[in-house]
Amino acid sequence: MKLSEAMRVAWEAILKNKVRAFLTMLGIIIGVAAVIIMVAISTGTETTIQEQITSLGSNLLFVQSNFGRGGPGGGEVARQSTGLIYDDANAIQNEISGVAAVVVEQNTAQTVKYGSVQLTDVAIDGSSPGLPTVRGMKVANGRYFNDSDVTRKQKVAVLGYKLAQELFGSTNPIGQYISVGTTKLAVIGVMAEKGSVGGTDFDSRLYTPITVVFQKFTPSRFARIIGDRVFAITVSVDPDATMDNVITQINLLLAKRHGLTLATADFAITTQSDIISTRESTTAAFRDLLAWVAGVSLIVGGIGIMNIMLVSVTERTREIGIRQSVGATPNDIRLQFLIEALLLSIVGGLIGVGVGVGGSYLFGAFSDMRTVVSISSILLAFVSAAAVGAFFGFYPANQAAKLDPIEALRYE
Amino acid sequence: MNNTKKIIETIDIMKVFGMGDASVAALKGVSIEINSGEFIAIMGPSGSGKSTLMHILGCLSQPTSGKYILDGEDVSDLDKVQLAHIRNKKLGFVFQAYNLLSRTTALRNVTLPLLYNHTNSKDMEDSDEKAKSMLELVGLSDRMHHQPQELSGGQQQRVAIARALINDPVLVIADEPTGNLDSHSGIEIMNLLHKLHEQGTTIVIVTHDSKIAEHTQRTIHLMDGLVNNIIHNGKKVLA
Repeated sequence: MKLSEAMRVAWEAILKNKVRAFLTMLGIIIGVAAVIIMVAISTGTETTIQEQITSLGSNLLFVQSNFGRGGPGGGEVARQSTGLIYDDANAIQNEISGVAAVVVEQNTAQTVKYGSVQLTDVAIDGSSPGLPTVRGMKVANGRYFNDSDVTRKQKVAVLGYKLAQELFGSTNPIGQYISVGTTKLAVIGVMAEKGSVGGTDFDSRLYTPITVVFQKFTPSRFARIIGDRVFAITVSVDPDATMDNVITQINLLLAKRHGLTLATADFAITTQSDIISTRESTTAAFRDLLAWVAGVSLIVGGIGIMNIMLVSVTERTREIGIRQSVGATPNDIRLQFLIEALLLSIVGGLIGVGVGVGGSYLFGAFSDMRTVVSISSILLAFVSAAAVGAFFGFYPANQAAKLDPIEALRYE
Repeated sequence: MNNTKKIIETIDIMKVFGMGDASVAALKGVSIEINSGEFIAIMGPSGSGKSTLMHILGCLSQPTSGKYILDGEDVSDLDKVQLAHIRNKKLGFVFQAYNLLSRTTALRNVTLPLLYNHTNSKDMEDSDEKAKSMLELVGLSDRMHHQPQELSGGQQQRVAIARALINDPVLVIADEPTGNLDSHSGIEIMNLLHKLHEQGTTIVIVTHDSKIAEHTQRTIHLMDGLVNNIIHNGKKVLA
């Protein structure tokens, strides 16, 4: 039998049983769609993370407290260590060459009031004057606070775009006083619209000197002895300076300041590319895991195809006998049922691709998660669907090919 | 036409089912000859081995021992694939229960053997043309796009005859072709077989109905797996 005719015969057999064919394909449809949607979600997450990291600006170093990596005796180091403190940031800024800006942040949430408007749980971002440069943000109106505002602990605030609208509406906020917690801050600027990156809405935040946050919102009784602890210090490296050189200088400076050697350092320096590659490897592992889980449903779909094909072979025993009596060879019969199984899985795969792409789009549109459909996931899902069809179609097709013509013709 | 050409020659065919003590011999040594252009009936009560003989003559199974020469070719030892090719090219079957593919038009049923004809280079249109001429021959040119469930028993059997003829077989084997039909349709089918016979088709009918057997030239009676007797029905043997 010619292949084209075998395809036509198989296709007609499927059309004769549309509902059953659809139910059989459902397993494959769900499997393929699941693979595509899962991969789309994880790729979307990956893209978001990358954009987020890139939007932090280029040439960045991140210095973080690291109590766990002290090597032998690390536990003791952890107990003795003060971690990073605000003065470390100042030291980096003042003593190291090739540093363009140093940013430290101390965040808190406070109730903000202006007139009759009261907003609870507003994110207060205590930071350094370099923050807009490092984050790639711009001031739309007024000015950002400067170094002297920070050192003199000036009670000033720069509002996110949305926060300014919620508090002041059409009134010009510059020069107005708002109360943040129990403290009054003067508004000196409004940021340009930035949007949300990775779940952080930069437009709803309030920016103020980090020294104000330390003093008014997160006072610590240890601060007077060891200084204000900070979680992380972001260093923007001068484009003309070499990254490695700056890293070495910071390592030495901080080790000396903390009275430690580099082997027992209580801090760690990572570059942006370090972070990107770490994130990439974890999200890739996550994506692979999701794809495998979704792939299991493909296998379940394949078993569904095998099941239905076995039923179909039994049901059509007489048809097989008729075909054998007019000269179909075992290979002709095998080919017919194999192609039927393949067609079921390929058509199911195509529908699954449609559902997967559409589903990814809808999922991205109606949820917080971002989805990016990748061509490779479509190909992977589709090819696996076809392979599953061929694999699970073989056994039933072989059963059909082995039937004895006389027995098959007698079958009621 | 050379009417003395042997289409079928069986030499001492035996067929044994089962093994050892449980074995049953359905055919115990059958030797028959059928010439080209003959119209033959094989008769016998149930259990006489006529179905078994039909299956062997139709290349649906093989004899346990003995030789079967079909159209000059010894087919006793062919494998499954070769037998399928023989069935396709040299044989046409007409069954009691018609055995058409359901939900498939008469035309598609008739073209079915062409699908499996490996030497056939006809494309679809040529196949359809040939099938149409076959349906015309059996008087169903107005029903070719009907499915079996839309046809009467007699019409279905005529579709089956058209299907049997499409690969120009050397032999048509009809197994109780009128068994499921009322007498009127039965006569129609027998008249059609007569017409085909007159056009030169070699036909073997397997039946237990002596009235049907009387239509043929010769009747081979089987009894307990052996040829009991051969009766010439007194009808004129062609040439």
